Amino acid sequence: MLAKLLIIAVSSCLVSNVVLSQFLGICSFVGVSTDVKTSAGMGGAVVFVITLASAVASLIYNYVLTPLNITYLKTIVFIVVIAALVQIVEMFMHKCMLSLYNALGVYLPLITTNCAVLGVALTNAQNSFGFVESVVNGFATALGYCIAIILLAGIREHMEGNDVPHSWQGMPIVLITAALMSISFFGFSGIM
Amino acid sequence: MKNNKYLERIYNGVWKENPLFVLVLGTCPTLAVTTSATNGFGMGLAATAVLILSNIIISALRNVIPGKVRLPAEIVIVASLVTVCDMLMEAFTPELYDSLGIFIPLIVVNCIILGRAEAFALKNKPLVSAFDGLGMGLGFTVALVLIGGFREILGAGTIFGLKVMPAGYTPISIFILAPGAFLVYAMLTALQNKLKLPCATNGDAKDPDHVMCDGNCTMCRIHSLAPTAETINAPKKPAAKPAEPKAETPATEIKEN
Repeated sequence: MLAKLLIIAVSSCLVSNVVLSQFLGICSFVGVSTDVKTSAGMGGAVVFVITLASAVASLIYNYVLTPLNITYLKTIVFIVVIAALVQIVEMFMHKCMLSLYNALGVYLPLITTNCAVLGVALTNAQNSFGFVESVVNGFATALGYCIAIILLAGIREHMEGNDVPHSWQGMPIVLITAALMSISFFGFSGIM
Repeated sequence: MKNNKYLERIYNGVWKENPLFVLVLGTCPTLAVTTSATNGFGMGLAATAVLILSNIIISALRNVIPGKVRLPAEIVIVASLVTVCDMLMEAFTPELYDSLGIFIPLIVVNCIILGRAEAFALKNKPLVSAFDGLGMGLGFTVALVLIGGFREILGAGTIFGLKVMPAGYTPISIFILAPGAFLVYAMLTALQNKLKLPCATNGDAKDPDHVMCDGNCTMCRIHSLAPTAETINAPKKPAAKPAEPKAETPATEIKEN
């Protein structure tokens, strides 16, 4: 069991990294990665939300949709549940955990734009993961996102002083950086 | 061509406001599924079907849906259509279904679908909305096929599975792997920069936080309706007033049309 969980974790965190090989959450990956501090905040918030969302989605999938034999409704149910969940989390954090809200809260609206949240919930359902496996998979996927966005932000900070050709300034050079990171993450496929 | 309002919608979607090249919406599926022209074509058609139907239904219901719950209503409509599309593809095109994988259900969060529903279908009649969906869908499909074809030719030496490159050509397989997606997209945006073509992500006036979806995608819009930190925390009386006209705007828009 533990070995299986470890394989799930390594695979979704590094080998098939959520941004660099599955292309989920590209918007915020490119949009928010301007400096390391912001990226770290964003990464933390993503870990929180995706772990929570995959836990809730997995409970609903395994204990409501599957017994009732209506798993084909998963897309509709997940999108509604996740959208509601993020709202509730944001309001709850603001009321009850103000210090956490101040650290992560500003990024919550940005996370909801992240298709990775729905993506992870659907992947869990597709692989018929149980509750623990889903939580581990969600956490590892989010950690992979966190690693990728912080690395990209670090590279972008270094790149600021560089003399980038005019046509390549802005988006293109960020995408080239992402391509190179993606190549290096490819190396992880050797460990599986 | 521009005189006919139906043809004009198609011209607008395919060329003037191409959802991928000009508006830069739906980047995630674009990067993920363009490993071959066939995959791009399949994804494009699936999105087109959902887009046309969602535009028709939302436009037909635009006077019925109350302004305050229009987003949840739209999302449920789109999600239902995507579920139907998902099941049909699983039954009739199993190979394509396997290669597109999770990106078929993820059409729900594709910025183009809800973006068009909000920007066009809510303010126009069903028929012209259908053509708007068709135009946008075709624009998306054309863009996906172009990128997919380019990657497939370089990365596998084939297009739509047919061998086109001479026998001596060694495929540069990185182009059909994950890094190739970023590489090709980077080259595309650089080219648009160089030629000064319209593109939402180029130029410096853009707000970096919304660089991709421009506030159009499903989740941004859900969030825009939710109570913000200010409205929760502020004393109740003043908070209620600024909130109301905001919620009323869509309703009045609908009446005018």
